[in-house]
Amino acid sequence: MSSTSDADDKPAGTTRRRFLRAGAAAAGGTVLGAGASVAAATDNLPPNIPEWMKAAGEPTGGQLYGAPSPFEKGVVKNISKTLKQYISASSRTPLQELDGIITPNGLFYERHHGGVPTIDPAQHRLMLHGLVERPLIFTMDDLRRFPSESRVHFLECSGNPGYSKPYGKTASDLVGLVSCAEWTGVSLKLVLQEAGLKPDAKWIVAEGADAAALTRSIPIEKCLEDAMLVYSQNGERLRPQQGYPLRLFLPGFEGNMSVKWLRRLHVTAEPVYSREETSKYTDLLPDGTAREFSFYMEAKSIITRPSGGQRLGAPGFHEITGIAWSGHGKIARVELSVDEGKSWQSAQLQEPVLTRALTRFRLPWQWDGKPAVIQSRAIDETGYVQPTLAELLAVRGENYFYHNNAIWPWRIAADGEVTNALA
Amino acid sequence: MRWRETCGIAVVIVLCAFASGAQAQTLYGLGRPATAAEIAGWNIDVGRDGSNLPKGSGSVSRGREVFAQQCASCHGDKGEGGLGDRLVGGQGTIATPKPIRTVGSYWPYAPTLFDYIRRAMPQNAPQSLSDEEVYAVSAYILNLNGLVGADATLDAKSLAAVKMPNRDRFVGDARPDVKH
Repeated sequence: MSSTSDADDKPAGTTRRRFLRAGAAAAGGTVLGAGASVAAATDNLPPNIPEWMKAAGEPTGGQLYGAPSPFEKGVVKNISKTLKQYISASSRTPLQELDGIITPNGLFYERHHGGVPTIDPAQHRLMLHGLVERPLIFTMDDLRRFPSESRVHFLECSGNPGYSKPYGKTASDLVGLVSCAEWTGVSLKLVLQEAGLKPDAKWIVAEGADAAALTRSIPIEKCLEDAMLVYSQNGERLRPQQGYPLRLFLPGFEGNMSVKWLRRLHVTAEPVYSREETSKYTDLLPDGTAREFSFYMEAKSIITRPSGGQRLGAPGFHEITGIAWSGHGKIARVELSVDEGKSWQSAQLQEPVLTRALTRFRLPWQWDGKPAVIQSRAIDETGYVQPTLAELLAVRGENYFYHNNAIWPWRIAADGEVTNALA
Repeated sequence: MRWRETCGIAVVIVLCAFASGAQAQTLYGLGRPATAAEIAGWNIDVGRDGSNLPKGSGSVSRGREVFAQQCASCHGDKGEGGLGDRLVGGQGTIATPKPIRTVGSYWPYAPTLFDYIRRAMPQNAPQSLSDEEVYAVSAYILNLNGLVGADATLDAKSLAAVKMPNRDRFVGDARPDVKH
């Protein structure tokens, strides 16, 4: 679960470990067996020999597709239990439980509009038609024969989070609709060249093979810049929840446009103005006008540790860490404040810093045990600075709904409890 | 494979050399031609101007029946919403602090209604309605919103002619809208 970097020998460390165990049991069911007594648990601590060294472990090959330790069973996707329905719904990545920048495939966030289809790749086809010289149909084998490429990029739902209360308690509640993976597939540009674009080709309408036949229009410039047709994620074939066997991937654009279960690309002169890009995924301003075709996810960051729902066991050293990302390119700098925004300092960025990918930041910190408010703000390579929620609300109002990239501060109480400072 | 690639590249070079715009041999030779019938079967995209709307028509009264059977369990008897989105009302609220976004108050183009119902509704059986039924349900929802009369029958031409109240209220993306 969470890091236990605090030294075990110190009383503070023991306190923290006890808290973490209690938290794990509460979150993931009983981690320690019901019959395990405190005395039995200490039998495995120095100077005693732990029980798992006194007998051979599970035989090799017991899990032909591996699963996390049973002690990590609380680290799962975060989904509301009170949704009206679960066919058009989302589940969130437990950001505060993860390290590094790559989201495990089983914890990648989900957003579906017509459920998750089960598609036989042998019967799946991609049709490319419209303003092309040669309309084509590809099998999955065809697409895998094209020159392939792999790139690391984040994917983020545009509604992550909304602008009105109640605001989430944890990092996952707030911005868990972002994840990051290494994507493998073929450059869309290569596939388009195969069909030959006509001069008036300005948009491509992408359609999924799900029950929503989800449809979005993509500007041709993006299709020719860095769009991919993706069949693998983090080294293995896409999970069904991520579009198996084929998805469009548009680095830096709102997640809805990276159409999953991709079956059709219709090259057109103008957008199709689908339901998803008119009645949904448009940004309503206070004057009643609404922004349409607002594609980019702007620079954003969140501290994932310490973050809402966690607790600092004792004053002393704590690493502050989190993730930053920008749809416009690389993260240039992440600044942290530990004094309610009065002063800011630059965090360390973990290499490699990749374009349109999550970037891990860190700051060593000595907590003095007094109440504190900590927050991060990202600056991307265009010079754009992540704004405050107040700044966004002043321009956009509470009904804007999408593209909220506000700074999100965490409040640390004297007892170490971490909560959402804006809630 | 290598031989084939080399050949493909050679052909492209030759064609470039002759500046030929004719059916060029492609670089990788992957995929097969899509026939007109295959494209017609899959291309269900309807433009905002009604382009690619199919033949046929449907009346408000027929739409009322289809809606009751296929839609009301999620969207309410009169499109007031439930498990599914609210479809009716809200006109005049979009510029207020409590906007109610419905087909009538927010959607900019009526043909999109046909496109979406045909491709995605009803949620438990998408693409099961006939084109006539989709026209009829579209007509009924527009009638509930006061945008066509109770005696209306809509087809490709008349659906595209319906002017949605919120059509001219969409603007471009003005971000970055917070500058430091």
